[in-house]
Amino acid sequence: MGVVFYLISALAVGGALAAVLLKKLVHCALALTLAFFGLALLFLQLDAQFAGFVQILVYVGAVAILVVFAILLTRGSEVPAEGVFSKTWLVGLVIAAGVFAVLAWAVLQAGPWLPTEAAAPAVTVNDIGHALMSRYVLPLQIIAVLLTAALLGAVIVAMHEKERTK
Amino acid sequence: MIDRLDQIFVLLKHGILGYLPENWQTPVGVILSVVCIVGLYPALFALTTILERKGLGRVQNRIGPNRVGPYGILQPVADGIKSLTKEDIVPTSADSVVHFLAPVILVVTVFMGFAVLPMGRNMVLVDLDAGLLFYFAMGASTELAVFMAGWSSRNKYSLLGAMRAVAQMISYEVALLLSSVVVVMMTGSLSLVKIVEAQNHYTFGLPHWFIFTPWGFAGFLMYAIAGTAETNRSPFDLPEGESELVAGYHTEYSGFKFALFFLAEYVAMFSIAGLGATLFFGGWTAPLAALQWIPSWIWFFGKLFVAMGVFIWLRATLPRLRQDQLMNFAWKFMLPMCLLNLFVAGLWWFMGSGWMRWVLCSALLVLAYVVMGRGELRAKHVGPRSYRYAE
Repeated sequence: MGVVFYLISALAVGGALAAVLLKKLVHCALALTLAFFGLALLFLQLDAQFAGFVQILVYVGAVAILVVFAILLTRGSEVPAEGVFSKTWLVGLVIAAGVFAVLAWAVLQAGPWLPTEAAAPAVTVNDIGHALMSRYVLPLQIIAVLLTAALLGAVIVAMHEKERTK
Repeated sequence: MIDRLDQIFVLLKHGILGYLPENWQTPVGVILSVVCIVGLYPALFALTTILERKGLGRVQNRIGPNRVGPYGILQPVADGIKSLTKEDIVPTSADSVVHFLAPVILVVTVFMGFAVLPMGRNMVLVDLDAGLLFYFAMGASTELAVFMAGWSSRNKYSLLGAMRAVAQMISYEVALLLSSVVVVMMTGSLSLVKIVEAQNHYTFGLPHWFIFTPWGFAGFLMYAIAGTAETNRSPFDLPEGESELVAGYHTEYSGFKFALFFLAEYVAMFSIAGLGATLFFGGWTAPLAALQWIPSWIWFFGKLFVAMGVFIWLRATLPRLRQDQLMNFAWKFMLPMCLLNLFVAGLWWFMGSGWMRWVLCSALLVLAYVVMGRGELRAKHVGPRSYRYAE
């Protein structure tokens, strides 16, 4: 358990660090994909097959491609001359440290309130499907409507621009 | 005896593992199966290349390769040696790390799909609870490898080819997933082993394959189209349209790296054909109850080769699509048909047994097909073709 967990964590953290530190934007996107993949492996290591595979399917398969397309379709694929690092990195560092501290504090404080279970619950994909279609059907439908609206909105935004250029 | 032959590979594996100490058996067993898969499919790939070149030759009224060995059957060996000994060229402006990683990632992700495919009775590497989801997750990861290959080459044609390939794969992946979902709805499981078991029943000597139902037939047709597009095969081979893009995303690859791309394309075809056989043609089950004595793995690989034959036949027959035709077809025809098919599958489930559901479900699908096809065609204004320079 221990060794595998640390290996996967190193992969995820290394990918995330590379995404922030690398200079070329496409390299950053690829490193981010590595971090996504590491997260998926973490889910799998926790026996969460559905979450793990969906993480790969959605994040590695779709979100990473979307990021890459966005980079290539805008001017961002070239390295700017004045360097990629912001001048106000000190402020950014302080804010990031503050956010991290709050999150870490919250996670550490949450320990006693979590239900203590002796064995890991065995949740199959079948159970998730039943839960989604019975107890959580309303949230599922609301999210579906929201996503459809977002999709239509995106199409309308894209169409509008096309007409204007005519 | 017949049972022995059916389980010959399983028994062989257990026989080998029997000589090993207890705690070695699981890892060595997994490694043995992986080595078999990784060895077998490249061998089939070599066989398919010669079949394809010979087959295309016959269709195009020529002989095809006939120099190496009797009837040219040793041509794949010559090709293999050639690609191994060729110089590996990396363009100076290329991004060497990404350029190197792209074919590796592509081949790895393509091979991962076989982990969950049942290739015979008890012949599956891992029977995952979410096997189908795993398969599609791995299939989705190949897109990134294609993009990496095209982008890292620093070549306009490569990048254009990669963008085309990725756009095409993203579009048809929706149809691929949705057309497979009907099978999951009917079996109530994402495990490919369970999906095969659900089809392993016979009435009057005929199997209960999902292809023999209205929703299964429509689902299979859409799966076949989307699968062909997903593997970038003709008529959907725009990403490597020779007349426009040299060779698409692998223009700047030579030697063994190019061979890896070639291998990945064919192994992906085997993989998508295997999944199609599993979902709609009962995987390793026999097409007639009377033929069940033939070993299950022969049926699986037989179905695989029939599918490869169809792939080759399609390539020889159909001209390449245009980019706008490709996208219109995916989003305006395939997607609505797939969604309707989901609805029809639900209807089929809730109507219970009886002949009414056959009539109603088939009628719905045929009606939608005709109406949508006519509508699309009417919007196209197909008229006599005019040639600007030839007349």
